[in-house]
Amino acid sequence: MNYDRYLNAAIAAVPPSGIRRFFDMASTMKGTISLGVGEPDFITPYHIRNAAINSLLAGETQYTANRGMLELREEIARYMQDRFGLSYDPKTDIVVTVGASEAIDTALRAITGPGDEVLVPEPSYVSYSPSVIFAGGTPVPIVTTRETEFRLTPEALRAAITPRTKALILPYPNNPTGAIMEREDLEKIAEVVREKEILVLSDEIYGELTYGGRKHVSFGTMPGMAPYTITLNCFSKSFAMTGWRVGFACGPAPLMEVINKIHQYAILCAPRQGQAAALEALRAGRENGYEDVTKMREAYDRRRRLMLAGFRDMGLDCFEPLGAFYVFPSIQKTGLSSEEFCQRLLREKQVACVPGNAFAPCGEGHIRCSYATGVDKLNTALERIAAFIQSL
Amino acid sequence: MTALESQVLEIMREDCRLPIEKIAVMTGASLVDVAAAVRTLEENKVILRYAPIVNWDKTDRERVEAMIEVRVTPQHEMGFDAVARRIYAFDEVRSVYLMSGSYDLLVLVQARTLKELAFFVSEKLSTLDTVTGTSTSFVLKRYKEDGVVFEEDHGDGRLVITP
Repeated sequence: MNYDRYLNAAIAAVPPSGIRRFFDMASTMKGTISLGVGEPDFITPYHIRNAAINSLLAGETQYTANRGMLELREEIARYMQDRFGLSYDPKTDIVVTVGASEAIDTALRAITGPGDEVLVPEPSYVSYSPSVIFAGGTPVPIVTTRETEFRLTPEALRAAITPRTKALILPYPNNPTGAIMEREDLEKIAEVVREKEILVLSDEIYGELTYGGRKHVSFGTMPGMAPYTITLNCFSKSFAMTGWRVGFACGPAPLMEVINKIHQYAILCAPRQGQAAALEALRAGRENGYEDVTKMREAYDRRRRLMLAGFRDMGLDCFEPLGAFYVFPSIQKTGLSSEEFCQRLLREKQVACVPGNAFAPCGEGHIRCSYATGVDKLNTALERIAAFIQSL
Repeated sequence: MTALESQVLEIMREDCRLPIEKIAVMTGASLVDVAAAVRTLEENKVILRYAPIVNWDKTDRERVEAMIEVRVTPQHEMGFDAVARRIYAFDEVRSVYLMSGSYDLLVLVQARTLKELAFFVSEKLSTLDTVTGTSTSFVLKRYKEDGVVFEEDHGDGRLVITP
């Protein structure tokens, strides 16, 4: 039976993630070291796991409030204030979601209608553009380049804005490039936003993971920007809680009201034990100065230096990533496309990386290597990649 | 301890065979400084020895281990140290700890056979005049030591490639 006439043509036309193709290849190979994993290699700290177990044992198996448990929202409000200087009212400005993924989806659906354009700096996380299309809007890519360290420039932003522009997705610290936006960069973006009056969806899930003495600056803290900004965050990367699926969106109450409406009808509430675990993560973090986060960040930082030096020693051009847990070296000098490079590297040396073009056409010429993996494996992977490049 | 020494220790605790060049890269310090930090840690006896963690069950060597709770009479002006020294001088003794609680010293002992170990307790340890009592528990299986899990790895748990 041909289902084409049943399917939503616009959605069916969205290509599957480029990562998926690679996943199918990589998962069949034995002895592979994967630098393709976009999640921490740490497991959720014990006390956080235990909080979820205790919640289950206490019989907390019911729905929570749509927006999430109030005590969790209160803790999130404190966290956003303490860590990033953002002020949100737990009653009206915060919705706990099923990971930041749901937050992206519901936020886009809340603001996007047919004909609306949403700006997506690229290369970036694979789900933004498809989510804009699913929401009925049109994604408009903004190319960022190696020359500006993959930061979004006000010139590029200005050039992409049209009368139909509804919002900008601000994906920093960035997956896959590891780029960050510093205060001066954001000030210039804020000027454009103020002038053009567009919304900003600031995806800050890697906000705890910045290096080189750079503290993450939240876009919502730029003067006058809070009313224009929806901040998205989650527990996955900062607290090694990917599988728990707990994230949150924060922003102006009238926007959150509509986001919550979608969330309420489509999802009802984020999983309760995930919320119990998230609550423990934040409470303990506040009491012990976020020692889990600090420990993980220090470990990532050591690996980041190792990877950066490793790729530079191979003679590859690699800008210094200052956020997230990825390096994004250029493989242009090998003469291979990113797809060829990754396929051959996988077949010939059993190292899995993700081709840069999986994150946008402008990611071509680069590969994404995650350093969320143990030092011994990273060292072996670097040796294998160096041998591969020499063999070319 | 300096911040660098602390970082070096953190890295070497996981893998003490990592070349010094790599440690320098990972900490962002110079080779000279890292080498000096390692030397200081060694000289100050912070790092005492570089030894592997061994899963003896996978070797063909016969080996019995026991943890012995020892009650002793502390000696005048020497406290527990003197008797601890006498106990740790035995080759069979791997570790000795002064403990809070219902006994005084915890002694980890290893021997080739049960007979050897029994001989150690009855002839060498119990006969010390300051030892007033012992309680021996044999190790049946080791699950984790020094942060390393001995059971077969259940793998990474993550998908090979994720966005």
